[in-house]
Amino acid sequence: MMLGKTAGGLFWMFRNIERAENTARLLEAGWRIALTRGDEGTNEWQSVVITAGMDVAYRQKHDVYEAAPVIDFLLRDKDNPSSVLNSIESARSNGRMVRTALSSEVWEAVNECWMALKSALARPVSERNLYEHLATIRYRTSVVRGALHGTMLRNDIFAFSRLGTFLERADNTARILDVKYYVLLPSAAFVGSHIDNAQWEVILRSVSAARSFRWLNGGDITPKGIAEFLIIDKRMPRSLAFCYSKICENLNDLADDYGQRHGSHDLAETIGRRLRGCGIEEIFDEGLHEFLTNAINDTATLASLIQTDFRFFQ
Amino acid sequence: MSKSRPTFDEMLVGEETPRPPYSAYHRWFSNEDLKDLRRKSSEAEAFFRRIGITFNVYGQADADERLIPFDIVPRIISGREWSVLERGIDQRVRAINAFLHDIYHRQEIIRAGRIPKEIISKNDAFLPEMIGVNPPGGVYTHIVGTDLVRTGENEFYVLEDNARTPSGVSYMLENRETMLQMFPELFAQMKVRPVSSYPRLLRRSLADCAPPATSGRPVVAVLTPGIHNSAYFEHAFLADQMGAELVESHDLSIENGRVAMRTTQGFQAIDVLYRRVDDDYLDPLTFNPDSMLGVPGIMDVYRAGGITIANAPGTGIADDKALYSYMPDIVEFYTGEQAILKNVPTWRCSEADSLAYVLDHLSELVVKEVHGSGGYGMLVGPAASKKEIAAFEKKLRARPSNYIAQPTLALSTVPILTKAGLAPRHVDLRPFVLVSPNRIDITPGGLTRVALKKGSLVVNSSQGGGTKDTWVLGD
Amino acid sequence: MRLKITHVTSYSYDAPVRSALQKLRLTPRSGHGQTVLDWDVSITGGTRQVSYADQFVNHTDLIKVDPGAQHIEIVCQGHVETENRNGVIGIHKGFAPLWLYRNATPFTAPGSTLRALVRQLKADHGDADALTQLHALSDMILGQVRYETGRTDSSTTAETALAEGHGVCQDHTHVMIAAARLLGQPARYISGYLMMNDRVDQTASHAWCEVWTDALGWVGFDVSNGISPDDRYVRVATGRDYRDAAPIMGIRQGAGDEHLQVSLQVQQ
Repeated sequence: MMLGKTAGGLFWMFRNIERAENTARLLEAGWRIALTRGDEGTNEWQSVVITAGMDVAYRQKHDVYEAAPVIDFLLRDKDNPSSVLNSIESARSNGRMVRTALSSEVWEAVNECWMALKSALARPVSERNLYEHLATIRYRTSVVRGALHGTMLRNDIFAFSRLGTFLERADNTARILDVKYYVLLPSAAFVGSHIDNAQWEVILRSVSAARSFRWLNGGDITPKGIAEFLIIDKRMPRSLAFCYSKICENLNDLADDYGQRHGSHDLAETIGRRLRGCGIEEIFDEGLHEFLTNAINDTATLASLIQTDFRFFQ
Repeated sequence: MSKSRPTFDEMLVGEETPRPPYSAYHRWFSNEDLKDLRRKSSEAEAFFRRIGITFNVYGQADADERLIPFDIVPRIISGREWSVLERGIDQRVRAINAFLHDIYHRQEIIRAGRIPKEIISKNDAFLPEMIGVNPPGGVYTHIVGTDLVRTGENEFYVLEDNARTPSGVSYMLENRETMLQMFPELFAQMKVRPVSSYPRLLRRSLADCAPPATSGRPVVAVLTPGIHNSAYFEHAFLADQMGAELVESHDLSIENGRVAMRTTQGFQAIDVLYRRVDDDYLDPLTFNPDSMLGVPGIMDVYRAGGITIANAPGTGIADDKALYSYMPDIVEFYTGEQAILKNVPTWRCSEADSLAYVLDHLSELVVKEVHGSGGYGMLVGPAASKKEIAAFEKKLRARPSNYIAQPTLALSTVPILTKAGLAPRHVDLRPFVLVSPNRIDITPGGLTRVALKKGSLVVNSSQGGGTKDTWVLGD
Repeated sequence: MRLKITHVTSYSYDAPVRSALQKLRLTPRSGHGQTVLDWDVSITGGTRQVSYADQFVNHTDLIKVDPGAQHIEIVCQGHVETENRNGVIGIHKGFAPLWLYRNATPFTAPGSTLRALVRQLKADHGDADALTQLHALSDMILGQVRYETGRTDSSTTAETALAEGHGVCQDHTHVMIAAARLLGQPARYISGYLMMNDRVDQTASHAWCEVWTDALGWVGFDVSNGISPDDRYVRVATGRDYRDAAPIMGIRQGAGDEHLQVSLQVQQ
């Protein structure tokens, strides 16, 4: 038996951790491009903010897109609810709320993650030590995930934690693709163009997939190949198909455990089937942007359905 | 008792000679390197931070979570000393439960003239809503924390009977855990009685008081005001250790005549609620209508036998400071025995003679608010300035019945580890007592609070106190 | 006298209720000169959760409004056989100690107006016996607090009602209780039913008080009607003041307003 509040706390704890990680990864990709692109770097910082889904909030505070304010806003700004520091604080606060559902290893990992980042991000981060800080974020969040895998029972606690992770990840991947979908369209593919290659690189790096993509495709980077890799390749742990297969798996575990299926089960299956059933050609024919918009909306609907089906709130 | 008498140090007689319970520890300590021990001490602090034993300070909304300082020198009590305390506490706790039953029923003790009626009738801690209630199993105070101080070889006094929601037991358990990790060799050498069974006994104690409505294995839950409460760590810790759910107000509602928690699969009735929410906030339908921390209707379900609330509402009347001075009479009335544990002599400022004496001796006395707690709103005469005493005198004259006064006891000292080595500091002791329908369990040990400032007698964590592990020897 | 009572209370809400509880003290008990022949409380739009006897031995029901309901109706119906005891209730029963009824409560906390009233009473009737004094007190209150509906509400205190000089039976009762306690007498609030001689439809349920006298024990005083209760009265609930004895006490979460409608018939 589990409290609805506890299920919600676990779900959001792991969503927040995933979000912090994604923001850090995105920042790293943008920063690398900015470094290698010379004068066109400024444009890239704007793209990072937009991809992170923080543009509206950013513009309320800043007029220009430059390294220092963007880094600060994404990593540690208190006014940015999705900054890494705020995400980790929320995760830890959720962790405290569901303390009794966590193994001491998981709790200590998230508490230490928070303590380490709070102290690391106490002062503005310069470009000079950005890499080191991003590494800390990656490392600390991995420890939490590792503790989850190594010490937690595979029961409903685990299922809700994983649902939080994969819903956030699916949303993140769909957003990254949607912000840049135009550079993947056939009409925009100037073969061999330097600009597009750089944009593709950002996409792949934002999801930590540059190496694996090259490894799988032997260095042959095509827009269609990238879209296919990130949407329907089930080997890729950040692809939509992979995320949805995990979402379905965890929802099914809950159905087995509780002996009851809900609307969220049906919706997840429907989305999962669509991702399994389609080829990349079809997606391009129907419109990549439309496909991604649907994916983002479906994911949001599913998240709210899960919250009501499992009584996260009153 | 008198000021001239030297303070009793629990470890040493004179400068060098350890008392018997400390002899093994003292030998071990003499061979240790001070620097090593100091390093261990900071490791302990890092450990506490990592596991999150922190508390939030009242009135400091934005302040960081703080640690209660932990001292690595244990406080050691011999088995013989403990058995006297144990008998005394057992007797006192039985008397308190009998008193609570009586005071919410026929009030025989008042009819018999053993305590004045006014002490109850004019007391806000008396809860009329509890009149006529027979709590399941007959237990009112499932958990008691009796505060004791020591002044000499065989002199222990009860300072306070915490019969509402005593806190601090998580420190008893985590302090021991830390000591076991840091000094396994000491535990191998000395026979220290374990405290680790507390959570299991707590669960059993609570389950044994399940209400008539229970079907099957009793469902136990811990009610916390939430993650911002200063004792949240302890609430989560106890729920975790007992395998009980940790619930907040918004997880609960009345369903089918029971108090139920909202789970991922629907509502689950709760049989026993270990609540860490004060009476006044427990039920906005019956008590404070503005409370956001309670469960509307829980008192109705309670009276109807649908849930056990631990501790029962209204137990505050038993640990009220106005009643404290009558405890020896209360013990005698209900047990037929002389009280084993001594009460600190107390002047009731509501009585004219006492008030006059207290006003004349403010600089020597400790004056406490009858309903205060946590060391707030009290005057420690010997430590107060003339100005503070004058200000307090004004308050005392305005509402004498709001105060009691006691002599400043020469609290015993136990050494703490300082930069320069061991240094004596004043301590008190809070053993934890679990009451079941047929038994009373007193965990051998408890929370030793220590005033870290040299000479200070205030041990409260909110005012610069720390804690120590308490060892009861199995001799 | 055999009284037939039909008491319907209904609440309508502007918006569906998310969560609401009602505590009902609407069931009379036999004793003190009344015998309940039959009694039924039926609820639509809500569900009874528990029933128990409270600290004043009032029969209490906890009702949960059905989630999403916009209307709840509570129908109390039954027959009570009564006898005329001229207001004398007599000995004290139950575990609630007599001194409890001597303590001031938020509704009955005295201020300067109440103290003046009691001074006046002592000046005028200081030599009289307790019962005579109390009857005189009841008359003084009716003289100083004109019966008038709509000027006070269920949260008006005794001090305010007396100072402002108007009120309904609840206010009269609170003033009498507060003054009796100032005189050192335990006093309690009674909510119940009264059959007015000239009509079947009553405007609302009634309230009066009982004061402890050493000679007779508990004695009833209906200040609003200037008499001690007789066989037209049915006692339903008692307590220190309205909050303890209120027929219905609720708590509700959710937006929108609440509209209350009451119909009451007491007849022979």
